[in-house]
Amino acid sequence: MSAARKSSSIPGSDDITRVELANGIVVLARHNPNSLAVTLRGYLQAGSLFDPDDKLGLADFTADALMHGTAKRNFQEIYNALESIGASFGFNSGTHTTSFGGKALAEDLPLLLDILNEGLRTPSFPAEQVKKLRAQLLTGLALRAQDTRDMAAMVFDELVYREHPYSRPDDGTVETIGAILSDDLADFHRQVYGPRGMVIAVAGGIPAEQAVEQVRAALEDWANPEQAAPPELPAWQPLEERVSKRHVIPGMSQSDLVVGTAGPSRLSPDFMAANLGNSVLGRFGLMGRIGDAVREKAGLAYYAYSGLGGGLGPGAWDVAAGVNPANEQKATELIFQEITRFTSELVSEEELSDSQSNFIGSMPLSLESNGGVADAMLNMERYGLGLDYYREYPARIRAVTREQVLEAAARYLQPDKLAVAIAGPPLEP
Amino acid sequence: MDVLKTTLSNGLSILLKEIHTTPIISHWLWVRVGSRDEPDGLTGASHWVEHMQFKGTEQFPAGQLDKDISRDGGFWNAMTYIDWTAYFETMPAEKIDLGLRLEADRLVNSNFESDEVASERTVIISERQGHENNPVFRLDEDVQEAAFDQHPYKHEVIGRMRDLESMSRDDLFNHYKHFYAPNNAILAMAGDFDSEKMLERIRELYGDIPAGPAPQRVAQPEPLPESERRVVTQGPGETVFIKAAYRALDARDADFFALSVADSLLAGPSNLNIFSGGLSNKTSRLYQSLVEKELAVGVSGGLQATIDPFLYDITIVMHPERKAEEVIAALDGEIARLQDSPPKPEELARAVKQSQALFAYGSESITNQAFWLGFAEIFDEYAWFENYLQRLAEVTPDDVQRAAQRYLSPQTRVLGVYQPNGKAEAA
Repeated sequence: MSAARKSSSIPGSDDITRVELANGIVVLARHNPNSLAVTLRGYLQAGSLFDPDDKLGLADFTADALMHGTAKRNFQEIYNALESIGASFGFNSGTHTTSFGGKALAEDLPLLLDILNEGLRTPSFPAEQVKKLRAQLLTGLALRAQDTRDMAAMVFDELVYREHPYSRPDDGTVETIGAILSDDLADFHRQVYGPRGMVIAVAGGIPAEQAVEQVRAALEDWANPEQAAPPELPAWQPLEERVSKRHVIPGMSQSDLVVGTAGPSRLSPDFMAANLGNSVLGRFGLMGRIGDAVREKAGLAYYAYSGLGGGLGPGAWDVAAGVNPANEQKATELIFQEITRFTSELVSEEELSDSQSNFIGSMPLSLESNGGVADAMLNMERYGLGLDYYREYPARIRAVTREQVLEAAARYLQPDKLAVAIAGPPLEP
Repeated sequence: MDVLKTTLSNGLSILLKEIHTTPIISHWLWVRVGSRDEPDGLTGASHWVEHMQFKGTEQFPAGQLDKDISRDGGFWNAMTYIDWTAYFETMPAEKIDLGLRLEADRLVNSNFESDEVASERTVIISERQGHENNPVFRLDEDVQEAAFDQHPYKHEVIGRMRDLESMSRDDLFNHYKHFYAPNNAILAMAGDFDSEKMLERIRELYGDIPAGPAPQRVAQPEPLPESERRVVTQGPGETVFIKAAYRALDARDADFFALSVADSLLAGPSNLNIFSGGLSNKTSRLYQSLVEKELAVGVSGGLQATIDPFLYDITIVMHPERKAEEVIAALDGEIARLQDSPPKPEELARAVKQSQALFAYGSESITNQAFWLGFAEIFDEYAWFENYLQRLAEVTPDDVQRAAQRYLSPQTRVLGVYQPNGKAEAA
């Protein structure tokens, strides 16, 4: 038997190294002596909230273009460096932040940091590469237009968020992506990219102090005096009545539907109660009460579950299902029945206790891989949860009561103030 | 780390691998049944039986077993493929006995109640309709149908719609009874346990289950096609997809590793792990000649480890301004280049390094390690996985050239084009 060291302990303040560099970048690192590999992940404050309305998708396009050429390497050289050693790395933009991530054998962490550093600081946005990338993004949008799940989610965001920035698609539209030029990407990069608010996590087969020093050597001298502060998120205006919209895509076999509204942010005090409630509603076992009603009992859908976005703002709390077009109404009614019950009656003691046990029991599994640990460290930093959050997690979960669950459910999911978004083929008369 | 490998007197194969880095155990039960065991009329039966395995036994009634596992924080699922059906639970080490009891029970005791079969019929039809919304599924299905004349690899795992509409409860139950028996199953576990004690527990749970008759197999070797076949799939959308599917080889074939290297050079390394992401393929030959030259916006390749020769496929997402024939000509040009001259040794070294890295990433997950124990046994034995990197490293440039000549000939392929309705025929 090998002398592998058991790393059973959950990450916490005594085995995570957290350092704030002089330019504001926060570095988190944890050593996994059993791993030959390393995962590097992080984010910076460069999300689609910065996109002008006529250039939706700008943050996303910029993030995608960072690895298509830098002052030091062209596209070919960047990917040659990564792929020839079996490493991977990429940037990806979301609403609030642009994230990055990759993995390599542990001895190759310096290369990942070089690629990160060059992408962040010296992207060159070569016109030829930008043109190729635009064609790829436009094809992605053409496929999105044919995807019932994507389109139902987009219609849902439009219905729920209306004037709020969350109503806008992070990947833009055919018109806006077609209008974005190399100079737009360079301008966005110059105005928005910078070290302030950036977080980097490293987990894997490298001692934490070494990882921190490698990050420091690569990025501590980065400065951008022009870096803009993230736009303030406007208040979300709750729906005043039930709203619905059906988006038609000819030729489809199945319809996808989304029912819900905005839920609590991750920072909200009732987030944990909502999260446990959501598990009862549409996650636990074979997808909770929703899965039981829509899939198991009625046989209407292959997938039916609920989701709680959380995040820095009012992310969605919704129920999604894929159904035969003839069953859209029946499935929607069942979903409303379950939401009405969920928002008017206490969940049972057994239901809450089952979901609590599931949350607590599954937490170590989510921390098994280097990627899982890196994500956990980023999560603690992003939401200010404290480095011992996962150690205290069981007690926090156990502290949630049935009354708190009902209160959160009733606060957010009022059945007469929800949106119903459907994408599917034309309905037969 | 050593693997304990044994077989019970009822034929159940067992593989146990101790990994003490984290207090987790992943437990898998593999059944040697998949879509390759389905005759016409019963396509999709293996997958449907997998669904029915969640519908309850006397001991674990429907609606109970999922809760029991989830309550203990388990990560669990099941999957059906062309050669196999697998069930797994990854759980905190002290809780795994529940997973063991559940799988031992439902291997032979599932209820298959008629009303549950009826409600699952519409669920599975809905699953298929969800697939049909995806143009690549439609193209894949047509290409697969054209790629084989008799072998059941010709149909998709989900099954044909007409069979999903007509199959009866008894058809499914007979399929279950025919294939679900200890002598047709593999139990594989990796994680934080003591192998001898675990083996003892497995004997207690499975020892009394009798062996079944050896299952009859419908799959027969099929000769290579004599000429290229072409299919056009029509459907909604704007984007054209091209799929070239070459008759490949089984995973035990000595050439499997040479063809793996050819795949890696052409389209980037196929990632055989199922619980760990793959690598980008932007320096691969096909990406360079198709995407960088603006003929396509994406390309991928896939070689799978299978019992019978299946397909090596290349999928291309076309650039909106190009014609299918130009793209196919460029694809053929790249393949001819590999057939005409052996690759450079440094290209091979790079393919090996990429696989080493993928192995290192895959080993982070106990679930992925347990997956390999059983998966490799399905088409060969676990040593196949243990020797994988070594055998890849032994491949020579001439081997790759020879594999490309032998397996990537246009005569043995199906060439499919997804042609969106309303978009003018590009060719």
